[in-house]
Amino acid sequence: MSRLKYVLGAVLCGVMVSLSAQAGEVSVAVAANFSAALDQIVRKFESASGHHVLVSSGSTGKLYAQVVNGAPFDVFLAADSERPMRMESENLAVAGSRYTYAIGRLVLWSPTAGFVDGNGQILRQGQFQHLAMANPKAAPYGTAAMETLESMGLLKSLQARLVQGGDIAQTYQFVATGNAELGFVSLAQIKAAEQKYQGSYWLVPQTLHRPISQQAVLLEKGRNNAAARDFLAYLKGKEARAIIENNGYVMP
Amino acid sequence: MIIESIDWAPLWLTLRLATVTTLILLIIGTPFAWWLSRTTCRFKTAIEAVVALPLVLPPTVLGFYLLVGLGPHGPVGSVWHNLGGDALVFTFTGLVIGSTIYSLPFIVQPLQNTFESLGQDLLEAAATLRASPLNRFFTVVVPLARPGFLTAITLAFAHTVGEFGVVLMIGGNIPGKTKVVSIAILDHVESLEYQEAHLLSAGLLLFAFVVLFIVYTLNRRYKLSLT
Repeated sequence: MSRLKYVLGAVLCGVMVSLSAQAGEVSVAVAANFSAALDQIVRKFESASGHHVLVSSGSTGKLYAQVVNGAPFDVFLAADSERPMRMESENLAVAGSRYTYAIGRLVLWSPTAGFVDGNGQILRQGQFQHLAMANPKAAPYGTAAMETLESMGLLKSLQARLVQGGDIAQTYQFVATGNAELGFVSLAQIKAAEQKYQGSYWLVPQTLHRPISQQAVLLEKGRNNAAARDFLAYLKGKEARAIIENNGYVMP
Repeated sequence: MIIESIDWAPLWLTLRLATVTTLILLIIGTPFAWWLSRTTCRFKTAIEAVVALPLVLPPTVLGFYLLVGLGPHGPVGSVWHNLGGDALVFTFTGLVIGSTIYSLPFIVQPLQNTFESLGQDLLEAAATLRASPLNRFFTVVVPLARPGFLTAITLAFAHTVGEFGVVLMIGGNIPGKTKVVSIAILDHVESLEYQEAHLLSAGLLLFAFVVLFIVYTLNRRYKLSLT
């Protein structure tokens, strides 16, 4: 009897050890614009690999500041290339792991149908009280929005009507609740809520702002995490790329 | 020099918000606390619980309701809109509304406690001298309740200075209008501008200490003069 217990115990231990060896955990810090797409990717990745993914979303600048201060993330999916590059040179990211996983598109959006025209003329006509954008210091989509207003020569005249969200998700929510009549958000967010809002938007031409090339890096903390490397490999794969494209991103 | 380059506007805005909010709270809160201290209404306990809600709820709950409620499609916002009012969210007025609700218990509770501790006899004596109710309140109750008022004003003011979550949700980070000091500090920290964050934080720390120190000093002196 006692021998049986011993054997059973050993088998159980063996099973648990082998499980923990295979099923790893990945902490991913993701720029808010990509979180809907990431959710879809994570679901497929988890069922394919058995790994578990923990997602933290926020503005690229905020997440960068957290990593600098030792936040326990393995992978960083930024909304720009500037911060991943800085991480590489500051030895916060594993050299050679950096690559562009998507190119984002900026849109001027309103949940009201017919409100935003196809050329962004609404910005010149000015029939609105509040124009939302993400904080340009922290969020690359906010920087792109700022550059767009500058290129159009409207930054000065609209300055007093700008309201800023901490990241692109809060910016979206300012517009969706109607507190700002319109705002600069990401095409991916509009696509994700297509069924919910008739809405109207202007796809901002990429000539008006620097391209939003979104880069991923393996962070120092994830260097020896096999699950993190698996995840990045999956992100580069066919299935993930299809999801990314479906969500309104351009592939590099 | 960093001291010269730093933007102090958020600090002034915060002080303005705290001052306006405290004044409004005094005007609303004093009669309300007085009523609570004297009423035998059977809903009294329920009303007290409602007043205390901001102490318990995370500010995000209030922020969320304000964002949705004051917005153009919300119950309050739509009425306000139809009356011809401008937008409430993303404005100084919106922050005042949020702060007033958020700091309400800090005015009402100390005042109610003080009022409840006052005996009826002095008021009755004043009444026999034909003092009107309003007269009685200002000449008898207010001087007696001075420590309570001092506590209430300090707490409401300090709590509004320390407000963060509600403003984060309905402010929109507009310089000079809704970018209060707590938000400005977050902004600097997230941009890794630690020097600016240090200066604003230290400024706020010093300010809070000085205010509390003055109040405690005044309070002690007042109590001593009573005995």
